Amino acid sequence: MPILGFISVTVVWFLSLAPGRILGAELACVFAIFTSQAWNMAFSFYQSLRTVPPELEEAGRMFGLNAWARFWRIEAPFAMPPLVWNMMMSMAGGWFFVTLSEAISVGSTTIALPGIGSYIAVAIDERDLSAIFYAIGTMLVVILVYDQLLFRPLIAWADRFRIENQPSEEQPESWVLTMLRRSRLIDTLTAPFDAMIRWSYRLQPASFGLRAIAPESKGRLGDIVWYAVLAVLGSYGAWRVYNFAHANLTWSDLGEAMGLGVLTMIRVVVLIGLASLIWTPVGIYVGLRPALTRWVQPVAQFLAAFPANILFPLAVSLIVFWDLNPDIWLSPLMVLGTQWYILFNVIAGASTMPTELRDAADNFGVRGWLWWKKVALPCVFPYYVTGAITASGGSWNASIVAEVASWGRRTLHAHGLGAYIADATTKGDFRHVVLGIAVMSFYVVVLNRIFWRPLYWYAERKFRLT
Amino acid sequence: MAGTNLLDVTHVRRTFPRGAGEELLVLDDVNLSLKEGEIVGLLGRSGSGKSTLLRLIAGLARPQGGSLTYMGAPIEGPAQGVAMVFQSFALFPWLTVLENVQLGLEALNLPPKEIRARALAAIDLIGLDGYESAYPRELSGGMRQRVGFARAVVVHPNILLMDEPFSALDVLTAENLRTDLVELWGNRKLPIKGIILVTHNIEEAVLMCDRVLLFSSNPGRVSSEIKIDLPQPRDRTSPLFEQYVDQIYVEMTARRVERLREQQARAKAGIEMPLVHVSPNQISGLIEALAVPPYDGKADLPDIAYEQELEVDELFPVAEAMQLLRLADVEGGDIKLTHMGKRFADADLNERKEIFSRSLMNNVPLAAHIRRILDERASHSAPKSRFLDELEDHMAEEAAEDSLKTVVSWARFGELFSYDDDAALFSLENPT
Repeated sequence: MPILGFISVTVVWFLSLAPGRILGAELACVFAIFTSQAWNMAFSFYQSLRTVPPELEEAGRMFGLNAWARFWRIEAPFAMPPLVWNMMMSMAGGWFFVTLSEAISVGSTTIALPGIGSYIAVAIDERDLSAIFYAIGTMLVVILVYDQLLFRPLIAWADRFRIENQPSEEQPESWVLTMLRRSRLIDTLTAPFDAMIRWSYRLQPASFGLRAIAPESKGRLGDIVWYAVLAVLGSYGAWRVYNFAHANLTWSDLGEAMGLGVLTMIRVVVLIGLASLIWTPVGIYVGLRPALTRWVQPVAQFLAAFPANILFPLAVSLIVFWDLNPDIWLSPLMVLGTQWYILFNVIAGASTMPTELRDAADNFGVRGWLWWKKVALPCVFPYYVTGAITASGGSWNASIVAEVASWGRRTLHAHGLGAYIADATTKGDFRHVVLGIAVMSFYVVVLNRIFWRPLYWYAERKFRLT
Repeated sequence: MAGTNLLDVTHVRRTFPRGAGEELLVLDDVNLSLKEGEIVGLLGRSGSGKSTLLRLIAGLARPQGGSLTYMGAPIEGPAQGVAMVFQSFALFPWLTVLENVQLGLEALNLPPKEIRARALAAIDLIGLDGYESAYPRELSGGMRQRVGFARAVVVHPNILLMDEPFSALDVLTAENLRTDLVELWGNRKLPIKGIILVTHNIEEAVLMCDRVLLFSSNPGRVSSEIKIDLPQPRDRTSPLFEQYVDQIYVEMTARRVERLREQQARAKAGIEMPLVHVSPNQISGLIEALAVPPYDGKADLPDIAYEQELEVDELFPVAEAMQLLRLADVEGGDIKLTHMGKRFADADLNERKEIFSRSLMNNVPLAAHIRRILDERASHSAPKSRFLDELEDHMAEEAAEDSLKTVVSWARFGELFSYDDDAALFSLENPT
């Protein structure tokens, strides 16, 4: 979903909400970051809850754990490792939006919150390349610091919640976590909290007996009411949208947006294709060499976590300098940040190839194109698809920023749906912002349904190593 | 005459880097030869380097010393005419049975017609008719390994290498596949000149091989060679068969236990003796089995292995740990409970812990050493790194980690000291 487009709509609402301008803008910014991260994480958590092994759930029931205790003792720990992983990924998205929403202009209102995003915006206005480099350097340091202080410890800590009984091959380690674990101060400080949680389990009586199983009819009635409410809200929303569109937009507007959408789609497809051509062989080469993988994989993750829009001014200044065609040369910016998903997924895929399979291929003299066709490419295919889906979604989003870019007083325009939305935002033309977002959502959903989803299932069925 | 051998391996040495310039010697001065019409078995425990040797022969890895020649030419990479069957089958999950079998032929750049004809013939021979279009995941383990065989046989190799091909299969399936293979081999239906079979199953080796080479571990060496002079098909219940099995058991245990005894005598109070990981439960289990009739404290190793459904790989480490802890004596092909072992068998859980703990203090220098340090320190605790560093003066990093892990698991059972993995801290306190 092109969350980026929503920012411009919500900004105005938040601005009108708070009388003081800065507070409203801060809220809008926080909201943008929240939407970019929370849904991902909530969805991951929900997925985990659905896959809690039944025997754990049953063990909990047999010991009479009530729902609260079950949540903290079984469900939350089980969901922790995927949640932490997802958090890392969402963080990258978060930065993207921070830098963007800090400096946004909607119609006549221009907002500049103190932060690295506005710093860059000013640097662009003043064509100050060194300032851009400072911003990039700062960002690198910030990412490095929170990686060491926050995510390394979290990953090392979450490792204990993995459900397998086998110790993992390489246990993640973190000097911060080791320090915290050995510290008596932390022990003392967290003890009351521990005690409180443990005490809270006893607030409700242990749940033995039949109460544990909810009567089904009640649940069904609840469902019916819930769906009915949803249906009413949904049709009300659809009716409002229809009215809005009918009153403000013409069919030719829709046609224009759809046409521009095709242009952007061509860009996304071509660029994902190009990125795949480059990064798939590289990823396979790296993934089959553990020594190299250990070194490259963190770098690829790091690059994916880096908000690519900070780099845009560099590219744009070059395009302005050489006076290149923006329709072509602005496009690569769309995959600048998202191509890394392809790289590190392919690396992960290639490194899971069992040694025995590689030995078998060598033993039977499978080499050259036959090796790529029958051994390497099928092996990484499911991983590649996962990476390409993420990359393509991200690229649609990035098109809103990438298709219009400015450097000083020069503004470059590419023809596409992203530029359409961005321009409408700058002009404060909400009818077209909404239309653009709707059309982009439509493209993203359709592309997912008719292309990526089937491809994903096909890859899972045929190529997954089990 | 060396010229007629399919394969000659002479003075082969292979090491693996262990970081910090250290090297782990996996194969040392290994010699073997394979003549036409022979099945040679490589028998040894896991970690004795048999699979490494097989990979060297297949040209998948290079030795650090010595030479390997195949039909008179040195092996410098995967050689045409050497095909391998893998323990975990190593089938490509995205290829059908037919495509898997054809892969090796496609690599040879044969005309498509011939590829198809030969693949179908191999599938037919191995008994996979009707499964051509199935994917490996749709097949049972036994059928999958048949695909593995067909894939190897179809390239008409001179040498077939088999890396524990039956160990991932259940007992019945494995036996079925073994007899099929021996029968095809006996009828000269296989387009193969010689077979090398890696296994840790003694009976399998006696059942299939003409010669068995016993491997000792750390470093891997051929410790002895036994010729199996029995006509095929062989009968597992014949006295001669059992005699061969017994002979191999004695050979395999005697050497190890002798070395252990020697180490125990020489390195009294030394911590440099590497400990093999065996859980206290396995030790208790074997002691209990030994204490009751029909054994009454003394058993033939092959018998008890069969009775307890233990592979050599599983039985030997337990027997050795019992020898180390002086809970049992291993001699020849027999294992006998000591006085302590018998007391352990009769005791309740608390007494057992006490016996175990005392045995640790008396017989496992590392355990006694850690306990003494913890006793001496005012805090009664010490970080893991303290002992790890000390051990690494004597052994490779991985062996040091293993030894510590083993001693922790034993000490936990004996309640000699405790260990907190989060803080990597040894201590005398019991966890709250």
